[in-house]
Amino acid sequence: MSETTMSKKYTVIPFGPQHPVLPEPVHLRFIVDEEKIVDVVPNLGYVHRGIERACELNDYKRNIYLCERVCGICNFVHGMTYCEGIEKITDTDVPPRAKYIRTIWAEVQRIQSHLLWLGLFADAIGFESLFMQVWRDREIVLALNEKTNGHRIHLETNLIGGVRKDIDESLAKTYREDLSVLKKKVEMLKPVFHNDSGIRAKCEGKGILPKAKASFLGAVGPTIRGSGVKQDMRLTGYEAYGQLDFEPITYEGEDAYSRMLVRFDETLQSFDLIEEALKQMPEGPILNKNDRFPEGSVVVRTEQPRGELFYYVEGNGTNKLQRCKIRTPTAANIPPLVTMLIGYEVPDIPTIVHSIDPCISCTERITYLKGGR
Amino acid sequence: MRMPEMLKEVLKNLFSKPATVRYPFEKPQPVPGTRGALTWDMERCDECQDCERVCPSMAVKVYPEEKKVEYNPFKCLFCYLCVDNCMQKAITGSDIVRTPEYEKKVEVYESKKGEK
Repeated sequence: MSETTMSKKYTVIPFGPQHPVLPEPVHLRFIVDEEKIVDVVPNLGYVHRGIERACELNDYKRNIYLCERVCGICNFVHGMTYCEGIEKITDTDVPPRAKYIRTIWAEVQRIQSHLLWLGLFADAIGFESLFMQVWRDREIVLALNEKTNGHRIHLETNLIGGVRKDIDESLAKTYREDLSVLKKKVEMLKPVFHNDSGIRAKCEGKGILPKAKASFLGAVGPTIRGSGVKQDMRLTGYEAYGQLDFEPITYEGEDAYSRMLVRFDETLQSFDLIEEALKQMPEGPILNKNDRFPEGSVVVRTEQPRGELFYYVEGNGTNKLQRCKIRTPTAANIPPLVTMLIGYEVPDIPTIVHSIDPCISCTERITYLKGGR
Repeated sequence: MRMPEMLKEVLKNLFSKPATVRYPFEKPQPVPGTRGALTWDMERCDECQDCERVCPSMAVKVYPEEKKVEYNPFKCLFCYLCVDNCMQKAITGSDIVRTPEYEKKVEVYESKKGEK
């Protein structure tokens, strides 16, 4: 779109970087014709932290904790993916019990993350009491994390070759008891998310992302599963997912409402996966120490609560890495977001922007400055 | 018209106790197992520098000649790797989480073993 047509006919509405609806800073320029959105120009780079560069300067064992800081909400999956990468290039065998423990914690984090998002989404569409309700229930899983791991959000239990903490019989009992309480509470919310007329009126038919376009633009996670594509990295069977029986949840609606339903049903599915993993967990050691320096390169892909997480780790035989490239799911979901916003009205912006579960701080890996500075 | 699904829950919440803790007046109970504040026991510490080597945020500095440990709680992640790796069991954690402070002070622990 040329500058002259923009100045004559259209209005430009800046959205963000500071906006009450956004939890994190992202700048979106909406080019609107009266109320209708004609074009969107996203602008990232407000919270760039230089983590990839820091990964190259740090000792490779210290990087686990640095990688967990890429995203606060899904920190365990980041640490796990990095460890998996290092384990692959140093030929470390992870004990089966450690694999199951990692799976359980990844799923606990999925519950926590999806409940956070369901609350934020309810807040974005103006349903305050549902937001309070969901976040009150989320407190149970955070308290469970504190009781079992020591911290509410950052679990910090990954090590190269296994995990730091074992889930013994008493801890497994705590998990079963607390999660069954939470499951009942989440099930009580099912009719609200599935049937409430207010939510349906606000989200149904908003932010349509057709199936073919979702695949073409490379959407990931619940965004693509809400368009009816069965794409889930957990199907590749990393960690203990290969031994667990599950089917990724998909909805055919292609709109913000189906993306919300995917996340809600995934929360319920995670309870079953944890239950199954606790039952199947074999006895044995939890850590296989290997102090060999990483040499070679590897690509690891795992499923975060928001979608596919991509790590490229390259070592050169010293204690420092040559390269550590991270691609978070929100980076993949920004092109679909731009297409799904076009054609809708300004009041629909919060619903549609929130429907991809944006996590901006994770996305900001590289900043290009104009003029080569 | 259908009744809103949340109405029953909203009415119930009107008459129930608040779910939050009124923080400055009412303090939450410490949870056993929480990774809280750290302290060094210099009677046990042999200045082996293991804690300095494993610390991911470089919050610990050990000076073996001066028999001194410098610990920066504002850099610390409270991951407890140092507690797990200390062979002398000189580092102890507690359930009590550190409160915010006005100044970023570095804590210095000095050994008095040689003075006796």
